[in-house]
Amino acid sequence: MTEVAAIDLVALAGPSHRTLLRRRALAHKGLMIGATLLALIVVLALLAPLIAPADPYAQDLTQRLIPPVWYDRGGWAHLFGTDNLGRDYLARTIYGAQISLLIGISVMAISGVIGTSLGLIAGYYGGRVDMTVTFLIAMRLALPLILFALAVVAIIGGSLPVVVLVLGLLKWDRFAVVTRAATQQVRALDYVAAAACTGASNVRIIFTEILPNISPQLFVVATVEAASAILLEAALSFLGLGVQPPVPSWGLMIAEAKNYMFFSFWLIAIPGTALAVLVLAINMVGDGIRDVATPGGRN
Amino acid sequence: MLAYTLKRIGLAALVAIAVSAVAFLLLRASGDVAVALAGEGASAESVEAIRQAYRLDRPLALQYFEWVGKTLRGDFGESLYFKTDVLALVADKMPTTAWLALFSLVFALAISLPLGIVAALYPNSLIDRLCLALAVLGQALPNFFFALVLIMVFAVGFHLLPVSGSESWENFVLPSVALGYYVAPPFMRLIRTGMIEVMASDYIRTARAKGLSGASIVLKHALRNALVPVVALAAVQLGLLLGGSVVIETVFALDGLGYLAYQSISHLDLPVTQAVVTLLSFIYVGLTLAADLVNAWLDPRIRIG
Repeated sequence: MTEVAAIDLVALAGPSHRTLLRRRALAHKGLMIGATLLALIVVLALLAPLIAPADPYAQDLTQRLIPPVWYDRGGWAHLFGTDNLGRDYLARTIYGAQISLLIGISVMAISGVIGTSLGLIAGYYGGRVDMTVTFLIAMRLALPLILFALAVVAIIGGSLPVVVLVLGLLKWDRFAVVTRAATQQVRALDYVAAAACTGASNVRIIFTEILPNISPQLFVVATVEAASAILLEAALSFLGLGVQPPVPSWGLMIAEAKNYMFFSFWLIAIPGTALAVLVLAINMVGDGIRDVATPGGRN
Repeated sequence: MLAYTLKRIGLAALVAIAVSAVAFLLLRASGDVAVALAGEGASAESVEAIRQAYRLDRPLALQYFEWVGKTLRGDFGESLYFKTDVLALVADKMPTTAWLALFSLVFALAISLPLGIVAALYPNSLIDRLCLALAVLGQALPNFFFALVLIMVFAVGFHLLPVSGSESWENFVLPSVALGYYVAPPFMRLIRTGMIEVMASDYIRTARAKGLSGASIVLKHALRNALVPVVALAAVQLGLLLGGSVVIETVFALDGLGYLAYQSISHLDLPVTQAVVTLLSFIYVGLTLAADLVNAWLDPRIRIG
């Protein structure tokens, strides 16, 4: 008998898929910066009651329109100054993060469930089901989103839950389009056929074979949708047909400050910058996930 | 090509009809319009009077068919707020928005074409990074905030352009920049990736081997093929642009379709809102149809497959 030299199979196979993903993620500058920024904003939002220097709703008409600390007339009592009702602007900005994150996450969840389900059944079953879903997507895309959302909110009456529901029920198109295309690709692969051969049911194949394998694409769409939902809520609230006063939504804060913007531009610049930074962070995370999951650069 | 064209037109017509129905029903079903119109604290009688006056008391399907019938005869009803004919109102505001959309699209292409091409020719160069930064910033900035910043800098700061209004061409500059930059990022990315892909292809290598100049290769041979997907994107972005015009026209008080839509929505002027929503959906369906047909004409694989 010849002695077979023991081969270190683990070393031969190299690092696992998971380890490789983690390494690529940690080496991706944009992803790390975006994730850090996003984590920072989430922590600020969660700890708002502890961090905020004042009650975001407390008015003090003797302390109106005080500029932020970096202006000559500003003071340390109100780091970001105060608005036209004398409310502490830093407190309102911090609490505003709660609103934006809540909108982003809930709209993403609602539209994600609707869009992913439609995309999965269309891509998996094909044929008439696919035709129906494609038609639904075409219809949804033809509806002018901002206009329609504005109109519905105007009729129902604006509030946070209404905005979340309206945007969630309208914004599923991208999830559906991406899931459908990804499912069609995965469905044709051998391991799906193998699962079918072992007698796995359609539902089981969809949930254990297809869904996990299209999840990178879904994560990317989720970030895009969360970012766009945050911008849409801001636009709706800015136009007065979204979240209602005195809730500190960043879009609403910009609307309320519009009349004072010529002399107190910080009232617009602060929430506007906050919105841009949050959306930027989410987009950087999304771009990062795409790069890490599909190696080969940003093409 | 004819079979494909007919099929595509039929599908577009179906989508248009379905969308008009859904928009109508959803707007009516999303709340009691009569109550909303009567305002808070209105008596039951006045709500009922409004319901009767606007014929909101009949079944939705009946209201819809009546609306379709009238619409097909060119009767869009009368505006509840402006007290004029809806069709005349919409036709009056249409050119302003059409110009705004055109200027915005031109602005978007004017910045994304050169930037995208140069970025593709010199990947990872300073210009490429600038292009990426501009695209990333454009996607993150809320468009109404960018519009307000533009007003502060160019209208209030330097007194170069008017703050608001719609009398002269100067009123269109800032709105077009704001709206154009809002839709530009996808163009930048698509042109860049398209050019990189095309520049790596065999026929470009052949052109180089023939000794053609760099400019001729880039502009004559490469750009044409890189622009094929841009046509489809332009149609989609034009739809987005028309939607975005609601926000931008309102910020600049530019008296177009978007501003009209905003005013009609805030006054619950349903006939006008309905007309604008339907019109914008039809425009979008028409644009995507045109883009599909152009693409099929450019690329035979689409119309056969």
